[in-house]
Amino acid sequence: MKSKTSALIIATLVLAACEHSTPQTAAPVAKAPAPASSAPKSASHFTPPPESAIPNDDFGKQVALGRQIFMDPGKYAKAYVGNQLSCESCHLDAGRLAHSAPLWGAYPMYPAYRSKTHDVNTFAERLQGCFNYSMNGKAPPLGDPVLVALETYAYWMSKGEPIGTSQPGRSYPKLSKPALTPDYARGETVFKRDCALCHGDNGQGQQAAGHTVFPPLWGPQSFNWGAGMELVTNAAGFIKANMPLGRGNTLTDQDAWDVAYFMNAHERPQDPRYKDSIPATRAAFHDTPDSLYGTTVNGHLLGQGGASP
Amino acid sequence: MKQTVIALLMCCALWAGATSADTSQGATIAQQGNGHGAAPCMACHGADGGGQAAAGFPRLAGLPEAYLRKQLDDFANSSRTSATMQPVAMALSDAERDVLAAYYSKLPVPAPAASPPLKDDVAQLGQVLATRGRWSNTLPACEQCHGPGGIGVGDHFPPLTGQSSTYIGNELHAWQQGSRHNDPQQLMQSVAGKLSEADIAAISAWYAAQPAGVPKESQP
Ligand code: HEC
Ligand code: HEC
Ligand code: HEC
Ligand code: HEC
Repeated sequence: MKSKTSALIIATLVLAACEHSTPQTAAPVAKAPAPASSAPKSASHFTPPPESAIPNDDFGKQVALGRQIFMDPGKYAKAYVGNQLSCESCHLDAGRLAHSAPLWGAYPMYPAYRSKTHDVNTFAERLQGCFNYSMNGKAPPLGDPVLVALETYAYWMSKGEPIGTSQPGRSYPKLSKPALTPDYARGETVFKRDCALCHGDNGQGQQAAGHTVFPPLWGPQSFNWGAGMELVTNAAGFIKANMPLGRGNTLTDQDAWDVAYFMNAHERPQDPRYKDSIPATRAAFHDTPDSLYGTTVNGHLLGQGGASP
Repeated sequence: MKQTVIALLMCCALWAGATSADTSQGATIAQQGNGHGAAPCMACHGADGGGQAAAGFPRLAGLPEAYLRKQLDDFANSSRTSATMQPVAMALSDAERDVLAAYYSKLPVPAPAASPPLKDDVAQLGQVLATRGRWSNTLPACEQCHGPGGIGVGDHFPPLTGQSSTYIGNELHAWQQGSRHNDPQQLMQSVAGKLSEADIAAISAWYAAQPAGVPKESQP
């Protein structure tokens, strides 16, 4: 009985591992307001080894496989993926780009204690969460070849970095609080002007020859309510630094906040940790002004999960 | 039941009639010009809409209808300049632009002209730019917007396959110089601004050498 309970607890903790908040920063917005201009400074950051340096041996094979999984998990880790996204959709340049939560920013920071789970999570456990939430799939078991290859890729990319020191360019930028409270209607205007060309008028992305070219931002094929991108702070930081594609840091901070709010005020697949009711699930996992889960926007109670776009 | 079938048949017949009228009107202008200033398109763009590689006349066949329509407007309003194409576009009425865009978008994609084999270093640089970009300089890969293998995506992102290296190079230079500034959200101005002469030569040659259809499995 006792061992069963602890197994359950461990399972829950592992599941909760990819709520996608950076371990050390407990309350990102309130605590440390970033400087007024949150555009990343030209400050130098770690440069990962070039892809051409992947060694041509058995170790290198795992590095290359990890990279393939990262860029196209729907193909190389099919059993664990439940939507049209790839890891690269949110971690640009195959997980190499600064301010796009690069793998070289993450790898040296694990195992990490996460106040949210009251537990220490390994890097592999962190990866598991990404499959559960961002990929709306299921976690590969620890030791699974998929996790081994991904971890090998991240390790290879981090060569020469100090362990346990948060590097500049890690994670997404934390924008300073917006002057105006983020707003759905203003966000919709930004969306139509700067996003719909690629992500589609209804946010469902675009495909060509069976490949996702522009990923869906909400709806049944996007990340679920448990994913880190569900938090408006994460989304605003990602969007500011990386969107529109190739033209990062051209939106104002206010536009980034508004459009992040608009995006996250749409329905998406249910949080896999859902328990009993939307209010109970909000209380357990979304009890922050940063999450719109369980709130009512434009007359729609968010978190029903049905996820029609 | 019978009535439904008849209604359906009539409706299809009408619909078919309407499209073939449009298409034939487009075909007529393409072959003969419009009689008030627009020269026959095929003189430059080829009988099959495949363009003329050496002259830098682009392929029109199979391009997205909305994209073609927009380009004709853009030439006419000078957000895209070309001494050759602007007078042609200006001589076309709105309705003529509609039928021509519809006509060319429905033509089958012609097989691209054979292009000489690429030198190794050109092929390598071309492939990296096409499939990976150069993010150290915030340059996305071409296929992140133009689709896998450059086959095009939706209404706004034209295919690059089936265009000649001369034409691709001309357009990239036009964006660098500002003589073409019709791209939504300055996406291509920003891309072109990050390319060197060597990049332009390599990526133009690389796309000109790709098959026009769906790409084969890309090997990372
Ligand atoms: C929908 C967007 C999205 C997708 C898809 C996604 N992630 Fe993430 N990822 C995030 C967010 C948001 C964070 C949290 C960043 C933060 O805390 O600052 C994150 C964090 C991470 C981290 C920890 C970063 C750190 O610095 O601690 C890793 C590692 C990671 N993701 C790997 C992956 C892998 C592997 C995949 C594919 C299986 C994936 N992600 C798919 C959005 C995404
Ligand atoms: C030029 C095309 C383009 C435009 C415009 C654009 N995006 Fe994206 N976006 C992309 C691509 C491509 C990706 C995936 C990146 C990758 O795979 O490398 C992406 C990824 C994303 C993601 C993470 C994946 C997901 O589906 O959740 C979000 C969020 C996002 N974009 C939001 C926006 C917002 C908001 C805007 C408008 C401010 C915007 N984008 C404008 C092309 C674009
Ligand atoms: C005298 C030669 C000539 C004739 C005749 C001509 N074109 Fe063009 N066309 C060009 C050239 C050259 C370009 C490329 C302009 C540039 O450099 O941007 C072009 C470009 C275009 C484009 C843009 C294609 C793209 O991929 O963006 C369209 C659309 C087009 N022409 C349609 C037509 C139509 C329709 C006609 C007939 C009514 C026509 N053209 C007649 C020379 C011609
Ligand atoms: C961020 C998105 C984006 C990226 C990345 C991108 N393009 Fe484009 N490209 C566009 C759009 C949008 C258009 C259509 C512009 C218009 O409507 O006139 C276009 C048009 C073009 C055209 C003109 C095609 C024609 O028929 O006239 C060429 C050539 C081109 N791109 C080449 C490239 C090359 C080469 C790369 C990679 C180095 C690239 N593009 C990367 C968005 C992009």
